[in-house]
Amino acid sequence: MEVRQISVFLENKPGQLAHMCRILADAGIDLKALNIAETSDYGVLRIITDKPRKTISVLTSESLVCSSTDVVAVKVPDQPGGLAGILDVIAEKNISIEYMYSMLGGNGTTSAIMVFQTNEKSSVFAAAGLEVLSGSDVGIEE
Amino acid sequence: MEGYYQKDIECASRDEIRSLQSRRLVEQVRFVWNNVPYYRHKMEALGVCPDDIRGVEDISKLPFLKKDDLRDSYPDGLRGVPLKDCVRIHSTSGTTGKRVVAYYTKDDIDLWDDCVARALVAAGISDEDVVQVCYGYGLFTGGLGLHGGAEKLGCLVLPMSSGSTDRQLQFMQDLGSTVLCCTPSYAAYLSETINERGLRDTIRLRRGIFGAEAWSDDMRASIESSLGIKAHDIYGLTELSGPGVAYECSVQKGMHINEDHFLAEIIDPDTCEPLPMGSKGELVITSLTKKGFPLLRYRTRDICILSEEKCECGRTFVKMSRPMGRSDDMLIVKGVNVFPSQIETVLIQQGYAANYQIIVDRENNSDTLDVMIEMTSENFSDSLSKITAQEKTLVAELKAMLGIYANVHLVAPKSIVRSEGKAVRVIDRRKI
Ligand SMILES: [Zn+2]
Repeated sequence: MEVRQISVFLENKPGQLAHMCRILADAGIDLKALNIAETSDYGVLRIITDKPRKTISVLTSESLVCSSTDVVAVKVPDQPGGLAGILDVIAEKNISIEYMYSMLGGNGTTSAIMVFQTNEKSSVFAAAGLEVLSGSDVGIEE
Repeated sequence: MEGYYQKDIECASRDEIRSLQSRRLVEQVRFVWNNVPYYRHKMEALGVCPDDIRGVEDISKLPFLKKDDLRDSYPDGLRGVPLKDCVRIHSTSGTTGKRVVAYYTKDDIDLWDDCVARALVAAGISDEDVVQVCYGYGLFTGGLGLHGGAEKLGCLVLPMSSGSTDRQLQFMQDLGSTVLCCTPSYAAYLSETINERGLRDTIRLRRGIFGAEAWSDDMRASIESSLGIKAHDIYGLTELSGPGVAYECSVQKGMHINEDHFLAEIIDPDTCEPLPMGSKGELVITSLTKKGFPLLRYRTRDICILSEEKCECGRTFVKMSRPMGRSDDMLIVKGVNVFPSQIETVLIQQGYAANYQIIVDRENNSDTLDVMIEMTSENFSDSLSKITAQEKTLVAELKAMLGIYANVHLVAPKSIVRSEGKAVRVIDRRKI
């Protein structure tokens, strides 16, 4: 039950992010989550959108380099210690996190969602008792 | 008073030089024919045999040697004597990573040392001088070349090799170096450091021999005034021996070619036709005395002008101008030869497309080399650590290929400027 994430290569130059967001907007694509890891020269932008396949095709047609990967979305109780509890479980299971970021709870809910890229599949998260969300749970239409 | 190391030949009449060159050329062609099958085959292909070469006027009958020939005959297809008669090699980079290896006999080294000694004496250097050699020692000819000439002249030689500026300055002060040998950009860097640290009064430099890289009269003037020295140019190629093929006299207007050892021609790089004296074109050199690696009609790819005008110094050797450019795409960065094709080879090996751009610049008198590489979908992923690891590998592979450090920048696809559909591979921003 993984969630599709699109990564985009962006140079660290003014207007690059705006340009990409404009491409998505013009194609009627809705951004659900966004995260950037960067060096001084470039950034790896990671996004979750409502239409992953269309996202890749419009970005590729605009000559942007992108790739898609599966990530695990976990529901986080919206209360003190909510995230800490989840990270404790992940640590206990010896799962190593390459990166993580948060996204909106989607569809009017107030709870938070954390997105994880790790060395394990979502089934390991679910077996550890974490509430793993599907693509449609986080608003992916395709 | 102008001094000479070997006045008889340096100031011989043009007729004497020409007849010596003719004699040596005839002998050398026969030697190469008998000992270098690679070149003999080239001559046979043109239907030329040693009997056709009776003097320098017949030189244009001979086939050219190009850098590609040196690569194709690697490692020893152009060697002229058995290995047991060779005493040293030097090496320089080839166009695609395969290196060029040049062999030297004891005599070759001896004659090379003479050429360098002539250059030193022409610059006003004698056995009283303390010569600090900051060219790299090793496969590069700069260090050992200047070293050999200075030692033969009887100077005290400081074999510093390149780098570690603090140590250079300490020896320069403590041992009272009077001559500095290095690239012009390193000389400029040292002079800046010396002046910044207020060491000008504690150094005793009076002469500089600066080569292996392009420089200008403005740069010369600035080094001369900031160090209080006279700066002399020196020219050479590893393929032909090393520094000392040509050298500058006290007049400092062009470099006298050691014509008893090297026969110079200027050709049109496109048609390969010889051009008359005074024309601007590609320098072609025939080595008249070298036996370990006897190259005939070697295309240097350096564009320059030869002049037969009488020089005030009294020397009669033809003078060549500073190289004004290249007839190929070779760059000289930090004194090291860099071919774009070498960079391309590394990129393809590492799975990148051959879309790249090389930017050469000069910061604080030191050359910088930046390589812009277009990211590809094959090399891209969501993992920054994977991408940065690939970048590190690229830097290491480029260092291994080129011998110098290059900054690598990953850029977006199609972001490298193309003119008429062709990528602009090299941007040289150095103002020399
Ligand atoms: Zn002269």
